[in-house]
Amino acid sequence: MLEKNPVIFIILAFVVIMIGTTITMIAPFKWINGPGDRIAEVKPYTPLQQEGRDIYMREGCNNCHSQTVRTLAADVERYGNGGSYSRSGEFVYDRPFLWGSRRTGPDLARIGLKYPDPKGAWHKKHMENPQSVVPASNMPAYDFLNTPLDTTYSERKMKLLKFPYSQADLDELKGKSEMDAIIAYMRKLGTDIPVKKAEAAIKSPASQTNPFTDLKAVQKDAESLYKQNCASCHGDKREGTLGPALKGSAKPDAELFKSISQGIEENGMPAFGSSLDEQKIWKLVTYIKLGTK
Amino acid sequence: MNAPTRYVDDSVKGFITWSIIWGTIAVLVGIVISLQLVWPQLNVAPYFTYGRLRPIHTNAGIFGWGIGSFIAMFFYITQRLTKTQLWSPKLARVTLWIFNVAIASAAVTLAMGINRTKEYAELEWPLAIVVAVLWVLFSINVFMTILKRKEEQMYISLWYIMAALVGVTVLYVVNNLGMPLHLFKSYSAFAGTNDANVQWWYGHNAVAMVLTVPPLAIFYYFLPKIINNPIYSHRMGIIAFWSLIFMYLWTGAHHLLWTPVPDWIQTVAMAFSIMLIAPSWGAVMNGYLTMNGQWEKMKTNYLVKFMIVGITFYGLQTLQGPMQAVRSFSAFIHYTDWVPGHVHMGTMGWVSMVLFGATYYVTSTLTGTEVYSVKLANAHFWLVLVGQLIYSITMWIAGVQQAGMLLDTNPDGTLHYSFMETMISIFPYYKIRAVSGFIYLAGLIIFIYNIYKTFQKGADSQAAKA
Repeated sequence: MLEKNPVIFIILAFVVIMIGTTITMIAPFKWINGPGDRIAEVKPYTPLQQEGRDIYMREGCNNCHSQTVRTLAADVERYGNGGSYSRSGEFVYDRPFLWGSRRTGPDLARIGLKYPDPKGAWHKKHMENPQSVVPASNMPAYDFLNTPLDTTYSERKMKLLKFPYSQADLDELKGKSEMDAIIAYMRKLGTDIPVKKAEAAIKSPASQTNPFTDLKAVQKDAESLYKQNCASCHGDKREGTLGPALKGSAKPDAELFKSISQGIEENGMPAFGSSLDEQKIWKLVTYIKLGTK
Repeated sequence: MNAPTRYVDDSVKGFITWSIIWGTIAVLVGIVISLQLVWPQLNVAPYFTYGRLRPIHTNAGIFGWGIGSFIAMFFYITQRLTKTQLWSPKLARVTLWIFNVAIASAAVTLAMGINRTKEYAELEWPLAIVVAVLWVLFSINVFMTILKRKEEQMYISLWYIMAALVGVTVLYVVNNLGMPLHLFKSYSAFAGTNDANVQWWYGHNAVAMVLTVPPLAIFYYFLPKIINNPIYSHRMGIIAFWSLIFMYLWTGAHHLLWTPVPDWIQTVAMAFSIMLIAPSWGAVMNGYLTMNGQWEKMKTNYLVKFMIVGITFYGLQTLQGPMQAVRSFSAFIHYTDWVPGHVHMGTMGWVSMVLFGATYYVTSTLTGTEVYSVKLANAHFWLVLVGQLIYSITMWIAGVQQAGMLLDTNPDGTLHYSFMETMISIFPYYKIRAVSGFIYLAGLIIFIYNIYKTFQKGADSQAAKA
């Protein structure tokens, strides 16, 4: 019978397709993004952040960067930046979602936690010329974002997305560039959720004295640690670029340890206490002070 | 030819021509972005950066080459299987115009940065509407032809065709729902985790309804035609058909394993993905068993090579896919280059192989002449096969290597490699991948030349007769 009636066939095919669709796609609307998912601290985007998000979309950043930290230890360690894995409630204001499917670049769900500098100097330098900060990076340069931001639709966007906004929020847009907007978005990502502070996560060192007094013993390790973690802001030769020069620093060892471990938020220095263990930080301290290169 | 019905094939020819053009653009852009991943200075801002070009690559491939040639083949097959002239040749011509306008505008708007960022549904709402209208017009044409058919029995290919017509419409419309801000910008109708769940319900079933069901319809029609042998089992085809279109729709969340999407949806997706091996291999075995007693044709008939190697890649694809849909394996390879390796085995291996074979066959029929050069067709076959294999294999290796490095930890639980170190280690594979693109392109150029020459040969012999 079926073979002979295309109309009945098409209806049947539609019904068959709709079974799985209804159960796994339509029904979950009842609870996803519902009260059970909500996280009180998560706030909608400001006009500037939303403009930044729209630029992120326009440039197709999602083709290389994901925005979900999976519930895997390695993911949390690598992309959590001190925060935890991603939860549903963090995304309730995201239209569309930007979780991505390929990490040609690192995950950005918690990027806002990584660089505390309120001016976003690291981001600006990195966007304008990624290789100046990460020499082997294959990211394209986005210096063309240094153009005035088009704010024609900013207010209408807020209304369409039903986000609260104030006149001060709109005034904040004045004189901003596209670069400012995307940096504002970067700096917002992952920062709403409460995060254990770095000083709580990493205790003070077991001893206030540096166990590595001989540079030779640690040079190889320390050099590679420095290259990976410090060189992008303090220069290959510790001569200082975004951050201050470190060569021959006069700071006491214990104080240097604290700066690396806990960061110096007001100066934009990130905390490395959650990604580097005590031994590694001491090695860096030794290298920074005594390194010859 | 003493066919009782005169078939109208000008739009078949039109769609074949244009789908090949868009397919070539997809490959060219693919090569460009593969080079950009090695040498970032090849990004020409703002229009030709990787982020803007990659959607052009995927859209030209899926919509331009894929959908374009499926429309051609569906017009061709439906007429023959129903022994009925196309319902409206005029509408078919209009469809071709809309198709080209849509794909061209897609390329331009995507380069301008106008996009919705939802993968394979990037086109902004006015264009998405054009695509939906295009698909509905095409569907009506095919469906009306089936409705007024002269052959009562509906062969399995028609089942697959009709399922694709319904399936694509539902998927495309739902995932494109949005809130327009102005003509060139809209926001998704769904937010966050909901949007993710809708997107991958769409994304994975685009693979089902666009990249599986139509090529299966084409395979089921052309393989028996080419070897002049009926399909091994119509009943097996039908069982596989219903289970395939039933199971696919449950599996989207296997793209979202370990994410905030509810756990049970992930688990269901994982289970149905494994179950899908059965109907997928139902089709593969149907193809293989149809070859019974005729396997020597793998050697003597170049078309059989395209079809059988194509269905073999489908078989491999539908084993690898379910494997990736398992949580533990996904934890390892998801977000790495393993996945592009997988996808390109499906698109360059399975879908394109079957389409190449079908295009040669249809070109011969339309021109009433044999293909211009079997030798060139063989060269084409080997080049695209080798190109695709190099592509997929290097990406699998790169994916596994990077995955291993990303997960590697020190005894104290800290990470062993920085993100950049993992990237630096796979850059050599990116270079090999770019080379594989050129090999594939060489095969494609030979294909285009061969098809062009066959049309020319057909026109010459027509002229000679007249």
